[in-house]
Formats: sequence, C-alpha cells, structure tokens
Amino acid sequence: MAKSKYLGRFALITTENLSVSYNGNVVLRDVTIAAKPGSILGLVGPSGCGKSSFLASLNRLTEIIPGASVAGRIQFDGQDLETAFPSSVELRRHIGMIFQKPNPFAMSIRRNLELPLCEHGIRDRQQLQQICESVLRDVGLWDEVSTRLDQSALELSGGQQQRLCIARAIALKPQVLLMDEPCSSLDPLSAERVEQLIESMRGQYTILIVTHNLAQARRLSDQVAVFWTQDGVGHIVEQGETDAIFSHSTNPIVASYLSGRSG
Amino acid sequence: MRSDRALTIVTRTLAAISAAIVLLVFVFLLRESTPALRQMGVSRFFSDTSWHPLSDQFNLIPMIVATLVTSVGAVVIAAPLGIASAVFVNFYAPPQLATWHRRLIELLAGIPSVVFGLWGLVVLAPIVATFGGSGQNLFTATIVLGLMVLPTVALLSDAAIAAQPREWIQGAAALGMRRSAIVGWIVLPGARRGIGGGVMLALTRALGETMAVLMLAGNIVEMPSSLLSPGRTLNANIALELGYASAGHRSVLFVSGLILMLVVSVIVLFVSRRGGTKLDRYP
Amino acid sequence: MIVTPEATSRTIGRQHFKREVCVTVAVWSAAVSVIGILIWILVDIAVRGLAEINLKFLTEDVQNAGREGGIGPIILSTGLILLVCLVVSIPLSVGTAIALTERVGQDTWFARNVRRSLDVLAGVPSIVFGLFGNAFFAIGLGLGYSILSGGLTLACMVLPILIRTSEHAIRAVPAEYGYAATALGMKRTAILFHVVLPVAMPAIMVGVVLSIGRALAETAALIFTSGYVARTPESLLDSGRSLSVHIYDLAMNVPGGGSRAYATACVLVAILVLINAATALLLRLAGWQNRNISGGSL
Repeated sequence: MAKSKYLGRFALITTENLSVSYNGNVVLRDVTIAAKPGSILGLVGPSGCGKSSFLASLNRLTEIIPGASVAGRIQFDGQDLETAFPSSVELRRHIGMIFQKPNPFAMSIRRNLELPLCEHGIRDRQQLQQICESVLRDVGLWDEVSTRLDQSALELSGGQQQRLCIARAIALKPQVLLMDEPCSSLDPLSAERVEQLIESMRGQYTILIVTHNLAQARRLSDQVAVFWTQDGVGHIVEQGETDAIFSHSTNPIVASYLSGRSG
Repeated sequence: MRSDRALTIVTRTLAAISAAIVLLVFVFLLRESTPALRQMGVSRFFSDTSWHPLSDQFNLIPMIVATLVTSVGAVVIAAPLGIASAVFVNFYAPPQLATWHRRLIELLAGIPSVVFGLWGLVVLAPIVATFGGSGQNLFTATIVLGLMVLPTVALLSDAAIAAQPREWIQGAAALGMRRSAIVGWIVLPGARRGIGGGVMLALTRALGETMAVLMLAGNIVEMPSSLLSPGRTLNANIALELGYASAGHRSVLFVSGLILMLVVSVIVLFVSRRGGTKLDRYP
Repeated sequence: MIVTPEATSRTIGRQHFKREVCVTVAVWSAAVSVIGILIWILVDIAVRGLAEINLKFLTEDVQNAGREGGIGPIILSTGLILLVCLVVSIPLSVGTAIALTERVGQDTWFARNVRRSLDVLAGVPSIVFGLFGNAFFAIGLGLGYSILSGGLTLACMVLPILIRTSEHAIRAVPAEYGYAATALGMKRTAILFHVVLPVAMPAIMVGVVLSIGRALAETAALIFTSGYVARTPESLLDSGRSLSVHIYDLAMNVPGGGSRAYATACVLVAILVLINAATALLLRLAGWQNRNISGGSL
C-alpha cells in the first residue's frame, strides 16, 4: 500500500472556507477542515447540516447533482484539487466513496469489481483475478463468496453488499475514502463487521466518515469535526482530536450534543 | 350492499365485453376466411405462380416478403435512433432541451400515417427518385415507416432508462466511470427489458401500418429484387382490393388479414409474457 | 509486463477520451437528426398547407372532387364519427377499468386475461379492423357504409388506450381516500362515484383526449366502414368521409389534389397539436408531473 509518500506532510486533504449551495440556497458554509494521512476523520452532527454535501464536493459528485455549486478551496497533498486532478474521472480514482445504502451493480460479484478496473485501464485477466481476490480478502468476503463470484451481487446480504462496495472502491487503490454513514442501513451484526473493517483500514487510507452514531465516531475516529446548523446553514463548530473533543469540549453546543442531551 | 352487487355485475359484464371484442374480431376473420381456406387449401398461397386474382392466382409470397422487408427495415432504422434519443434525453441534453425533445417525439407519435404518406410522396419520393425509378418504392416506404415507429422505441426506452436507480449511476460516477461507460455498461443493460419491449412493439406497429406504405411503396405485386424495387405489403393489398373484390377474392384477402393478426398477436403475447412494458399510454 | 501507473493512465485517458467524444457525437447527431426531420415535416406541412386555409375552406362544401371548395362536410363527418366512437367507448372503458381495479393489489385471473386480450387488441393492424368492421358492423349488423359503422369500429380500436389510462387513473387515487370513506361506513358504489372517480377524472380525460388523437389519425379502418362519399351526412346511417380519408383521396386518386391535401393535413395536424397541448395542460391541472426531469448532465 502506498502510504510512505505522504508521511511527513501535515495533511492530505484540506478545505478552506468551503461552501455548498443548491439552486442558490446555501446549505454549508465556511468549512475549513484538515484530514491527516492515514487517519480517520469523523464528521458528526445532526441531520441536515450538510455533511453529505461536504463529502460530495470532495470527489466532485456535486457535478452530477442538478443545481449544486461549490465555492472555496480544496487542497490535495498541498496542491489545489483543480490543479492536481483536472479530470474528475482521475480524481475519483484517488478519492473513493462509499454510500449509505449499499449500491452494487446488478451484475455478478466478479463483474462488480472488474468493471471499474477495466474502465481505469486494467485489462489483463490474471491481474484482474489477483486484484479481485486480494480486495475480497481485505474486506473479509473471500471465504464467503469465493465459490460464487459469478452469481449476482444482489443476492448478498446488506452487510456483504456494503463490504463488496468497499472492496470495489479500494480495488482502485485510492488514497482517500469518503464514507457517508456506511453502517446506518445495516443490521447491528453487519454494522459491527463493517466497522471492524474500517478500523483495520486505518493507516492504509485516509478516511472521512460521516456518522450519526456518536459511539461509533468515538470508537473509530482519530479526529472529529462537529457540524451544526445556524439559520438553516451548516457549519463546523469545533474540530480536533477525538478524545479531547468528546471529553473536554468547551463549546456548550458540542458538549451537550456529544453527551446525548441534544441533537 | 345491493347497489354494490349491481355495480360488480355491470362492470364485470362490461369488462367481459371488452375482452370479447378481440375474440369477435378473430372469429369474424376466420369466418370470412374459411371459404378460401376450404376451397384452396393453404399451400396454394405459397405455390401459385403469382398474385392475379382475376386469373385465380393467389400467391401471397411477394407481398409477405414486402411486408417483412418494410417492417424489419423500419425497426432497423427506428431502434438505434430511438434508443439514442432516449439516452440523449436522459444523459446528454440540458433539461430544457430534454423537455422539448420529449414533446417533439410525442407529437411525432401522433401524426397520422396519411400525413406521413403525403410528406413522403411530395418531399421524400422525388429525392429518392434521383437514384432511379419513380421514388415510390420499398426504400422510401421503409424510411417513412421507420420514422413512424421511432417514437414507440424512443418513448418506451426513455421510460425504461429513467427508471434505472440513481444509486447505480451515482455509484458508478463515484468510481470514476465516464458517462459513456455508465450509459453503456450500467444503464442500457439494466434497461434492456423495457427497450426490448419497445422494439417489439415498434415491430407490431410497423406490421400494422397501412396508409403510408400504400402511398409510398409503388403498389406493384412482384418479388422485390433490389432496395429500389416497388412492392406491395399485405396491408396495402387489402386496402386496395377489398373495395372491388369478388367473393372468392375477398375471402383470400381475409386470409391475409388473419395471417397478419396471428403474427402480431404472437409477438404481443410474447412481450407481455416476458414482463411487458411499463407505459401509461400507447404511442 | 510491468506498466507504470502514470503511463497506463495517460494512454487509457486518451483512449477513453476518444471513446467519450465518439459516443457524445453519435448521440447528439442522432438526436439532432430526429428533431431535424420532425421539424422538416411540420414546417413542410405548414408552408404548403397554410396558404389554402381560410374560413371558407373550413366551412364550404367539397367541389370538383376536392380540388375546389372546402372541407365543411368532412369536418362534420369526422366530428360525428368521433362522437359515436366516444359515446360507445367511454362508458365501456370506465366500466371495465372499475372492474379491473375491483381488488386492490390483487391480480385476479379475470383481470389478467382481460388485460391480455386488450394488449392483443391494441396490436391489431388498422386494416384488419377495417376488415372486421366491414364484415361485422357494415354487413353483419346491416349498418352498411355509415358513420355508425365507422364510429363503432373506431370504438373498438381506442378501447385498449382508454381502458389502460382509466385503470391507471383509478389506481393513482391515494388509498387513504378509500380507507377514510370506508371507515365512515360508505358503500363501494358511493365511494367510487363520490370519492374516487372525481379525483381520477382529469387523468381519465387525458385518456379520452389521447383516444381522440388516435381516432383522428385512423384511415384504413374507416375506408371500409364509414365510406368514401364526401357529401354532408344527414343521419348517422349515412356514409361520411373523415379528414384522413380525404387526405388520402386527394393525394392518391385526384390529380392536382396535392395542395388541398396539404391544407387538409395542416388542419388535421393543427387539431392534433392542440390535443397534445390539452393533454399536457390537463395533466398539470391534475397535479401529475409524471415527467421527472432527471438532470441531463452527468
């Protein structure tokens, strides 16, 4: 896993005064955030604070949302995102996304993994097979599906589908993974397995994870950023090391939210 | 409760009547065809020397061929254009243009076949005539027929494509797939049942078309030898000859009508068995 | 083979860029040609036809086999044929639709086969309807070549459309309306006539409007049922010529009838455009935005 290239720099992804609006309505403003390489950054806050919109702006998925526009600076490894990745297609190879509801394609498990790889230029059969096996092992699915790689991915359980989606994303060897509430539509057992998987990915990938589950945020993330709404617009009230924020936050809103008293 | 019972009885009877109509059509076709079938048997329709009713010759093959050529040819033209239209409207067109494109196609769907025939006769045929002949041939007829069934393919494909879950498209985009790849690998395969249904329905519409082909195909009953040959389809033949047909001749015309109805019915039943098409109106 | 990531992505990038451009060009050309041809046809009809249209044309009698005079009686005949068609088909369709929606959510054997037979009916070629109408209505029932025969034949043709749209209209009425009414102790008949049908009415009207469009476009079936004669009909048992049949006659059988044919075609297309607009308006009134603008950019 290529990670040593980025050690020594302060942050892999940073945003500066990022704001997102839909059809003129600002939903998120002045988001300034830094995600350290190899760390897990938790994004918490009540619904409607624009956390998902924030993630979508990082991999330019806002381009396909009608009416969405993004303002502000995003930097990747010290460079402006536009300069580093003028092509959105290339960008999404380096910054992958996992959605709340697992969305494998209506194809076989094998094809789910191979299609994006082919699109990004890997055509050699042996290589494809190797990568498939390797990522399926990484997400803990290999033992469960190795005998039925050619069956439809839709026949897998919710938790398995989500792990497949993660496998599909990491097959492209991204540096960053954006996760939008990856466990919230899964049953508790599957959620736990996915969470363990994310935990094991610390250090290999830089992960930004939106979650409603505060306990999960506390367990998983190294740093955390707390979102809140003010006048209907989302913004960040506090960010920093997880332990510090959860235990010793001086901001009354944050302290109250994190202890479960509000939000 | 009594009024409810009356309602049920009345409405069920009406439904039964509606369902019975197709049977009625079939029965009457059969009734009028029986004289010919009984007198001549089926093989004569394929083995007689030609189609000359006045000399008691009833070979249907040249007309069957002309029907197949025009109908299949029309679908060959309509399918790629229709599917491309649907893809255009869903993935490539700005929203305003998409709305107008859809409206135009719906308008195209409603234009009567005689109007298409008229346009074909006055505008298209002279253009085709520059390649030889009078311009009234199977080629011109096929093109116009293709234009007529294009909306069927376009609208049904549009519905099938629009029904694809957004999550798949967003997921594919997040994986860095390009638009053409998303359309080609994810959307079109997912929509293939609806698109297939649209193409089949277009085929039935093409097979059922009479007036435009009548006006444009040249009306000579002979085996088509080239793309620019004139020809006559089964439908056009009925339209032209029913008016003055003698009893035996008339019966043969009903036989050809029966053949058409059976072929179309088989296609329709096949499509509906496969799961059919989701559509709230017939274009 | 060892391929560096940078080199691969550059060549792949170029390949994919080419593919993307090709596909985009292909899709746009297809769309543009389709729109182009349609506009060509419409403009052609307008240009050639509008010149001849005036009030006299719309009201006067047909003279000189159509080369002169107007299309007054033709419009009247067309209207009468439509009237017969709708008077017969609307009650039949709405009644059938009610029968098909009897059991909510369940598909009875009866309903499934009714729908199947209607699907087949919808696919029957128009000339075959002409054959049927001729054999059954004109000869079998003794109605002869008449407006009645033509209207009844057309009723058979539009039945599938009307039934399907009526069924959809009734199903689209929210179930909660029915639950509330039932909870209040209303009988099914009352619920139907006081609650469901009024709400479904705009969508049913859309179906009617669509059927009118289909009926107006019909030619082959009418030639052998309502006849060819271009005079003013005096009763429903008189034969009458419809607009589409008139266009056909002028185009094929009357030398020099081309310009009048175009004028008539222009009138017919204008009526159909109005019908299309009426459908959209009715849909919007009924609150049905059944077109989801699914964002054209990806």
